[in-house]
Formats: sequence, C-alpha cells, structure tokens
Amino acid sequence: MSHISTSGMLCLVTTCGLARDALNLLRERKGGYDIVISDVYMPDMDGFKLLEQVGLEMDLPVIMMSVDGETSRVMKGVQHGACDYLLKPIRMKELRNIWQHVFRKKIHEVRDIEILEGVESFQMTRNGSDLYEDGHVLCGEDLTSMKKRKDIDSKHNEKDTGDYTSTKKARVVWSVDLHQKFVKAVNQIGFDTTSLSSFDGAMTGSVCLAEVGPKKILDMMNVPWLTRENVASHLQKYRLYLSRLQKENGFRNPAGGIKQSDSPLRDSAGSFGSRNSINLQASDVSNGSYRFSGSSLVVHNEDLRSHESDRKRVVSTPVAQPKRTLNVDVPNPCILRSSPMEFGHPLAPPRSELDFGAFDSTFPTKYPWCGIPEIQRKIEHDPLHLNGGFSHPPLPGQKQHTRAGYPQPAPAISCAVSLTERETGFPVKAKPSFNQRRTNMANHQAVELISRSTSSTENQGLNMNCIAELESSQRNINLGMPLFTTLEEDLQVCWIPADCYTNPGLQNVEVSEFFDRGLIKDEPVHLNDELRFDYEFYDPTEYSLIDQTMFIA
Amino acid sequence: MYLEDTQVTQRNITYDVNPSFVLMDVDGLRVVVYVYELIDGEGVLDEQFLQLQQLQDESSPNFVSEVVNIYFHESEKLLRNLRGLLLDRDFSDYKKMGIHLIQFMGSSSSIGANRVRNVCVAFRAASEQNNRAGCLRASELLEHEYCYLKNKLHELFQMEQQRVLAAGI
Repeated sequence: MSHISTSGMLCLVTTCGLARDALNLLRERKGGYDIVISDVYMPDMDGFKLLEQVGLEMDLPVIMMSVDGETSRVMKGVQHGACDYLLKPIRMKELRNIWQHVFRKKIHEVRDIEILEGVESFQMTRNGSDLYEDGHVLCGEDLTSMKKRKDIDSKHNEKDTGDYTSTKKARVVWSVDLHQKFVKAVNQIGFDTTSLSSFDGAMTGSVCLAEVGPKKILDMMNVPWLTRENVASHLQKYRLYLSRLQKENGFRNPAGGIKQSDSPLRDSAGSFGSRNSINLQASDVSNGSYRFSGSSLVVHNEDLRSHESDRKRVVSTPVAQPKRTLNVDVPNPCILRSSPMEFGHPLAPPRSELDFGAFDSTFPTKYPWCGIPEIQRKIEHDPLHLNGGFSHPPLPGQKQHTRAGYPQPAPAISCAVSLTERETGFPVKAKPSFNQRRTNMANHQAVELISRSTSSTENQGLNMNCIAELESSQRNINLGMPLFTTLEEDLQVCWIPADCYTNPGLQNVEVSEFFDRGLIKDEPVHLNDELRFDYEFYDPTEYSLIDQTMFIA
Repeated sequence: MYLEDTQVTQRNITYDVNPSFVLMDVDGLRVVVYVYELIDGEGVLDEQFLQLQQLQDESSPNFVSEVVNIYFHESEKLLRNLRGLLLDRDFSDYKKMGIHLIQFMGSSSSIGANRVRNVCVAFRAASEQNNRAGCLRASELLEHEYCYLKNKLHELFQMEQQRVLAAGI
C-alpha cells in the first residue's frame, strides 16, 4: 500500500500483480475503492474482462492502460466501459487528472437517479441543485482525502475513511443471484406495451423508462434492501451490455457505418457540470429534431442513430485521434439521451436472426423493446442465455464520461519533447502510438471547454497547434500501424509550440517547469505494474528484496 | 558548464549537445550542470527517464535505482522467456511472444528505455507476421540493446555516486 499525492489530494494506492487478486480485494472491501487502473495485458486475465466485471459488480470507474495504442484496442476498452485509456509510458500529469473520473462518476450517479425519476422540468431544477450540492460536497472532500483504486496488473487505492459525500450510496454488489432476479424481473416487465409518452425530447425515453423501469423491476425483484437507484444504474449497464452483445453478433445497423467522424456532436457534448449538461439537453433537442417524429420508423432510426451517434462519438475520437488518453466516454447528454434510447437494444437478445428493422414496422411504440412479442418470447424462452452470459455481465459502463473538460497542456508539451526524440530513433516503430499520444493531447486541447490548466496562455498557444495537429495527423492515424512511415512526415506534424519545445536541449525548461508548479513527487506506483508482467505470482516480499538492493557498482 | 559523457571524459560544451537528461548541482554561487548524453546519437534513454528522476527526492532517495533494478529483474525474465520460445524448433506461438513483447515494451517505455522499446516494436511486428527469421534477428538486437542499456545505466549510477561523493567532500 502506498500513497500518492496528486493535485493536492492524497490517494491511497493498493497494488496487485494479478487480476484475480484485485477482484478479491475489490469484493472484500466494497465501497473501499474509488477507481481502478488496470493493465490490458495481464497474465491471468484479460484486462477488458476485468474491466467489465469491475464495472458491473462494483460500478467503479476503470482506467485501462497499455503500451498498445492501437485503435481497435482502445475501442475495445471503450466498449467494455473504460472511462479512460492511457498509453504507456504514463505521464505524471495524466495521473493527476484521474480523480476527475471519480468525481464525474459521482455526479452522474446522482443525476441519473434524478432523471429516471420523472418529470422533465422538475428533473432539471432538481438536477441543478443536487449537482451543485454534490459538487460542493465532493469538492470539499476532494481536497482532503480521495480514495483511488489503482489496479495495475491490478492495483487498488484503499479507502481511508467512510463515505465522504452525503449522497454516496453504499455500493451494491450485483451477485449472480441478484442479477438473475433482476433479469427475470426485467424480462417479465420489459415487454409490456407502453403508451407513447407525450413528452418531447430526450426525456421521453427516460420517462418511459421510469414508468416501466427501475421501480417496477424493483418491485418485482422483491429484494428489500435494494433501492430503485441501484436498479436504475444496473439497468443502464445491462442495456449497454445487451446492445454491445448485439453489435458483436453483427446485427445490421440501419444507421450506417460506425466509423464516421462526428466530432461536432462530441464537441458540443464535451463538458461536465450541471450547467453544461442542461445546456446540452437543449442542444440535443435542437440537434435531434427528428427525434420528435411520431413515426416509429423514424424514431427507431433515431434510436439507432442516437446510439450510433454515441458510438460515432465514441469512435470518432479514435479515428481522429487514436487516443492517448481516451476519455471517450459518451458525453453527458448521451447518457441522458441514450439511456432511454438504448432500450431499443438491450433487451433484445443477441441473436443474429433478430432483424432490427422489423421492429419498426411491426410496432408503433417508441422503443422497440416495448411490446415486441418476438423478442419477448425469445427472451422468455431463453432467459438463461442472458443470465448465463451475464453472470459477470460485461457492460460497457454507462458511466463513461468525457474528460473533455480537463485540458492537459503540460503533457502535450512533454509529449512533443519525447516525440522529437523518438523521431530520431528506429525507423521502424509504431508511429501511430506516438501520433496518438500527440494528437490525443491535441484533441483534448482543441475540444476542452473548461480549463483546469495552470496556464491559460499555454492553452491558447497549444490549442491552435492542436487543431493543426489533428488535421495533419488524421491521415497518419488512419493508416493503422504503418511500420515504415516516413520520418519526415512525422516531423512535419511535430509540435512547434511557441515555447520551442522541439529543441530537445530545452528539456531543461520543461523539467524546471515541473518543479515550478510545486508538484509533488508522486510515487510512481504506475511504473511498477509493467514490471510485474511475468507469469509468476506477484510476491510482495520479492519486491521488498529488490527495494533493499542498493545499486552500487 | 561541463559535459560528461559516458566514456568518462569531461569537456566543455563545444558542440551541439543532444542531452538525454540533465543534473544540476548547485554549490553556493556555482552551478554545475551535468548534461548527460547517454549515447552516440540515438537516445538510449528518453524523456520518460527524466520523469523518473523527478520522482526521486528526500523521501525516496534511491528511487531511480530501485525502479531500474526492478526493470532489469523483470526484463531478464522476459528475455529468458523469449529466448526459450525462439529456441524451440517447433515454436509457433507467436501470440505468446507478442504478449511478452508488449510487456517488455510497456516496462521499457515507462522507464524511458527508448531503443529497447523500439526494438521491441520491430520484434513485435515480426512476430505478428509470424516471421521467424525476423524474430530471431530482432531478438538478437533486443538482447544487444538491453545489454547496452544495462551497461549505460550502471555507468550512470556509478557516475552519480562519484558525483555525490565528490560534492560531499
């Protein structure tokens, strides 16, 4: 166990060498951890599996990390619910921002509950005030102690004290039994026809959901200690999981290809905070005027579209900048918007014979899953299929949050420096990974609305470079893993920020910059992980032996 | 300003330096900057190593050497595994090799071992193509680069110690 101090916060870190150890630790101390950071390639378990399990069982934000920055990998991370994907080597700056994932998740938990409750306008006001309250509480607490869970080959941060926010719910662990009850209840309720709601906009779906959803499920499950909020959040994840399964089973997507760059949507959605989320709601309404159509076909497409646009949003990031730090979470409005929308998908079992298009024509309801006897029958006949598959349900976390609000000027700079150095290295290298880092930084710069940076001028200068960077790097990214990309090409798109970081000789400047900021030396717990990559069981005593080994020639 | 290169010669900066990292020694009014250029041209260590160094302070005074030792320890395990895989005439599990390499890449990049990482990338590319000859060649290179890095780091730590001792006296 160790401590990190990041951004003025104290983080307790617990590390594990194996994923199963991590899971055990997490299960033992439910609510004892705030965030999990995990490697992708681990000896005993795939990082994505761990990600899913953690997301589902403990509903924690999970950050993936790997040296492999391939778009497909990152996408996989996103689909499985990672709230971030860090490329190794991991910079200190990135670690300093990790707390924001936790913060955001807390905010969304509260907001999601409120939204699922009912009346739209009432929701908004309540959201605003609640968020404000929560934000307040959380902010205050953040400054004192924040428990982070680091899961690297896995590591955890241990929790110090009890709940630090008044609205924090005790974590519900969805055991297999509990989940089976849930699924049964969902199947029973889920296909009652619901009347078309008269509400417009994004809330329509959620109102629909609210009527049929968590409350009813809760009642049907008949588990006394379970709250509707628990069910609600679990329901969201379940839907995502099912929709992801559907996609994996290759059902046709009338909304079109996934890999369409759709950055404007993302940009508009990219902030956090109650103010922004409400604004985004408004923009959603305006953007998605098609949404109001009563026809099922259009609505259905819109369902898919919105889901797809979520996907696009998610995917567009990789296409544009194959994430270095991928905060490709479905931004806030998507969470609001897509949760109702996702109903279209989740409860449809992952069968290829399901023709999604057929749903439209047959059923006038807004959400395909409402009152589709086919699906209902199928699900009823095979609840075990879903249950079995869902025993450790891999849901892409709904709680994916755009980290767009967190600019990182400094890492961008550091990347630039390292990149120039790397450019002079081997001709054969994974260029995209460098590009990714660079452009991902760039992406953040360009997109972010709120500045948490320490220097605004820095931001401005970098923003412009970032945008140029984005455009020019896109072509590099889209090539996948070109092994022999010309050096010149890369050098051309290399950063040339005003501070002349291209000159490696000026590394000194950057170094002193770190010190100037009065930043703490984080204990680089993150570094330890990849050193534990052997198949051997992680033995803490081994580590301490090395600890004591003084290297003296 | 002094430049100390790894052949343990000291000279003033008379040519363009490609520093790998820098140590500043402040002694009253006199500041001596040791600019370490670890290798003849291509950075053996990159900026990540600098970050590593920044994490070393009074509370963890041997941090860098500890981490580097862990890295050596783990790397040697990996190299053994890789060697074992390649020596096997019936070897066909390139995927396993790829996983080892990813791990090696990750750890090397986290420590700032630039060239080792680059060789791993090439190695991994060869393994993804199931190119046995390429893998063998890359494996040779990897061992070479790793040994080189290890030697350089040893020298670096030696120099550091000498410098500390000299400053202390």
